[in-house]
Order: sequence, then C-alpha cells, then structure tokens
Amino acid sequence: MNSFFKYFTDIFRGVRSLLVGMTVTGKYFFSPRAIVTQQYPENRKQLVMFERFKGEVIMPHDESNQHRCTGCGICETNCPNGSIEVTSDRIDQPDGKKKRIIDRHIYHLSMCTFCSLCIKTCPSNALAWGQQFEHAVFDRARLTKVLNKPGSSIIKGIE
Amino acid sequence: MAFNIYDLTSFTRSIDQALYDWLPPVWALIVEMTIIGLTFLLFYALVGLILVYAERKVCAFMQNRVGPNRVGPYGIFQTIADFVKLLMKELVYIRNSDKLLFNIAPFIVIIASFMAIAAIPFAKGLHAIDFDIGILYVIAVSSLGVVGVLLAGWSSNNKYSLIGAMRSGAQIVSYELSVGLSLLTVIVLAGTMQFSQIVEAQSGGWFIFKGHIPAFIAFVIFLIASTAETNRGPFDLAEAESELTAGFHTEYSGIKFAFFFLAEYMNMFIVASIGATVFLGGWMPFHVPGWEGFNHVMDFIPPLLWYGAKTVFVIFLMMWFKWTFPRLRIDQLLTLEWKYLLPINLVNILIMSFIVLMGWHF
Repeated sequence: MNSFFKYFTDIFRGVRSLLVGMTVTGKYFFSPRAIVTQQYPENRKQLVMFERFKGEVIMPHDESNQHRCTGCGICETNCPNGSIEVTSDRIDQPDGKKKRIIDRHIYHLSMCTFCSLCIKTCPSNALAWGQQFEHAVFDRARLTKVLNKPGSSIIKGIE
Repeated sequence: MAFNIYDLTSFTRSIDQALYDWLPPVWALIVEMTIIGLTFLLFYALVGLILVYAERKVCAFMQNRVGPNRVGPYGIFQTIADFVKLLMKELVYIRNSDKLLFNIAPFIVIIASFMAIAAIPFAKGLHAIDFDIGILYVIAVSSLGVVGVLLAGWSSNNKYSLIGAMRSGAQIVSYELSVGLSLLTVIVLAGTMQFSQIVEAQSGGWFIFKGHIPAFIAFVIFLIASTAETNRGPFDLAEAESELTAGFHTEYSGIKFAFFFLAEYMNMFIVASIGATVFLGGWMPFHVPGWEGFNHVMDFIPPLLWYGAKTVFVIFLMMWFKWTFPRLRIDQLLTLEWKYLLPINLVNILIMSFIVLMGWHF
C-alpha cells in the first residue's frame, strides 16, 4: 500500500516540479524586457563598461598634464612578459642632487596578458585600467603605446 | 471553379474533374500526384525554414536572449542564409561506410515523414488522402523513420553514430506504444479512425473537452510520447551533443544533413498537427453546444486558420518543453515509459471506454 501511495505522490511531485520550470521559462518568454543581451555595435554610444573592467593599461593625467609616475621601473620588472619598457632621464635639481624622471613609459598592448601586476605593484599608483576595449588596428606597430603624454611632468610631492 | 474558403471540397473536386475531362485517366492521376507532391515539397521547404527560425527565436526568448537578429529585419532571413550555406557544403565521402545504406538513410527518414503528411486534413476538403484507417496509417508510417535513423547510425561505421541510433531505436520502440494507446483513447471516443470523421465528430466540442479528464490525460501523454518519438529534447538522447557529438548524423554533411534536420522539424509539425486534429478539433472551429450566436461568429474564421493556430499552439508547447527541461538519462527514459506512461495509459483507456459505454461524455 505504501509503495502504491508513493507511486502517485511521485507522479504528482514530478508534474508539479515540471510545471514550476515551465512557469519560469514561460514568464521569460512573455516578458521581452527580461532580455539581457547587449546589442553591441548599436549601443556603442551609451555602452558603459563596469568598474573593474580591464581594457588596457593607462597612466592617468590630471588637467595640468601631470601624472604620478616617478620612472622607478618596478612595473617593468614585475611584468611577466615584458610588455612594459621604462626609459628614464636624470635631471639636475637646484640643490645639486640628481633626480630621476620618466622619459617614456612604453607599453606593448600586443604582449599584455592583462594580469594587473604592474598596476598592483606601482608604489605611487601611477597606472590604472582604462575602459577602452576596441583594440583592433591594421598595423602591429600601433599596438605599442607611450603612456606618458608629451610635455607631461610629475605631480609635485611624489617620490 | 468555385473557391470557397470555408469548404474546399468543391474546389479540389473541380480541379480533379477538370483534369479527368482533359486527360486520359492514367495521365490525370499522374498529373494529380505530381501537383500534390510538388505542393508538399514546397510546403516542406517553407515550414522547415519557418520552424527553424521560430525554434531559435522561442529558445532565445526563453533564455533571455534576442536570437537571430542580423540577417534581415528581426533576422527573418537567417534560416534561408543557413540553408544556402548547407547547400554549398561539401558532401564528405566516408571511405569505410556502407555506401548504399549511408546514401539512402536520409531519404528513408524524409520519405517516412512525407508519407505521414499525406493523411493530415488541413481544412475541410483539403487533404491528400482520406483513409478510413487514417490514424493507423499515420502511426505505421511515422514509425518507419526509425529505420532510416538506425541505418544512418549503422552505416556510418562510427561508434557514436551507432550508440545514438540504438538509443533512438529503443526510444521509438517504447514510446510508439504510448502514442498508439493515447490515440486509441480518442478512437474509442470517436468510434472511427478516419481523420475527416474524427474532425466532424468534434463539431459539438473538441475531444479534449468532450472526453473530460481521460481525454486530457491522453493529450498530455500524447504530447510527451510524441516529443520522444520525434527525438526532440528533453528526449534527444539519440543526438546528445555532450556525449555523442551528434549521434546518428555525426558523419553526415551538407544536403544529407539538411534532410535529417528537415525531417526532424517536419516530424514535429506532423505530430503537432495530429495532436491538434485529434484532440483539439483540427480545422473545426470552437463550438459550445447551445450558444448559436457564438458558434456562428466562430464559424466566420476560416478552417485553415483554426488548423494553423492549433498546430502552432502544440508546436509551441513542444518547444517550451525542449527549452525548459533537462535531458533524461536512458534508464530514466525507459522508466518513464514502462513504469509510468504505459500503465496510466491502459487505465486511462479503461476509464474512457467506461465513460463512452455509459454515455457520460457530451
């Protein structure tokens, strides 16, 4: 008798769970607003990437064209695949000491694996992730970028 | 030539008459057969394209996606583009296959579905053949498709194809029973196997309402079993992608693959239209006995439209199943059939016969 009872409860439970599943998909089917797909090329204008998105390595500059990079080269030594080359200059300071400043911060996007080690290890937070992700170019040379803008200088007080 | 959209009998009859007046009987028969064959071929291509598109859209909406939306407005030309691509694909030559069987298998599958569609009444007076044993014929013919599937799996000389074909065989042999028994429930109620008379008998109310609970149970069982019989998800073990790459049609490419693909969708269409005809009244409008005005308004809608709407409804139900439920294991599949559907079905027929005997249906 018990197994007889179980047979029917099994059927009803099964049918009920199937109906629950069908309500979920049915609800999605009849609510077009639930669509989550982004229509990419059409929505380029209003497309906002999320905060932690890793598009490319950039060096933020403020409005007076100043950045925070001291040219120490820690990012270069930490990069696992040699995507970063830092060349620095030495300039004379008024008190007679020499100071190292950055000449060019070269970034090879074509070699970058987006591991974020350069950004994490930078002692003065000079690097950051940019949101730009459309990197297709016709010439490989254009994937090599100089991150510090021409004529830029370091923000005072950053060592 | 009178063209009456509500009753096409005189229209088909007048074509028939004109042909026999104009040609000797043998030639008239050949011309008629050619006309019907070409009509069905065209219908196949059209319905196949529409169904594939509909399936992709329904699937997409159920998964919160957009679906095909690049080729033409709302992607309506997507399936045509896919079809053209399939036609241009190379037919890969398998060196160790059984060549004769390998080549005829797709044709067997498609011919089986082609034969089944002949018996379906699309509207009043619009069916190719009106057998007096229509349902028996359809059950017999639609189970021929599995021969093609088995041959395809065997002749490919590929372990995945063979496993897929054997699963398909086991599945169809088991579920054929349930389809037959659930249709038998309706035959008991209708008292005939002829499709045209079954439809006529539903003028006072569709069988799903007429037969109360047993008819409804039979409809649900028919839906489940026929979904299994057409090898569609959640019963698509025969081509379980994650286990068997593509099952029995792994080795097929180009137009031969397209035949299997088309046959699958056409079988779905045929099964849906049989379900619609037998349980939901086919082309018969929705009638409530006693409500004369209401019945008259319903009669105003052409039968072809009624038939189409019901078939689309059943097809949508089957797509809904496919994109909601996970695939069954082979043991679960056979358990469902032999332990649940078959006993329920047998008891259901008993109850239905009792109801018919006592005259409790209306």
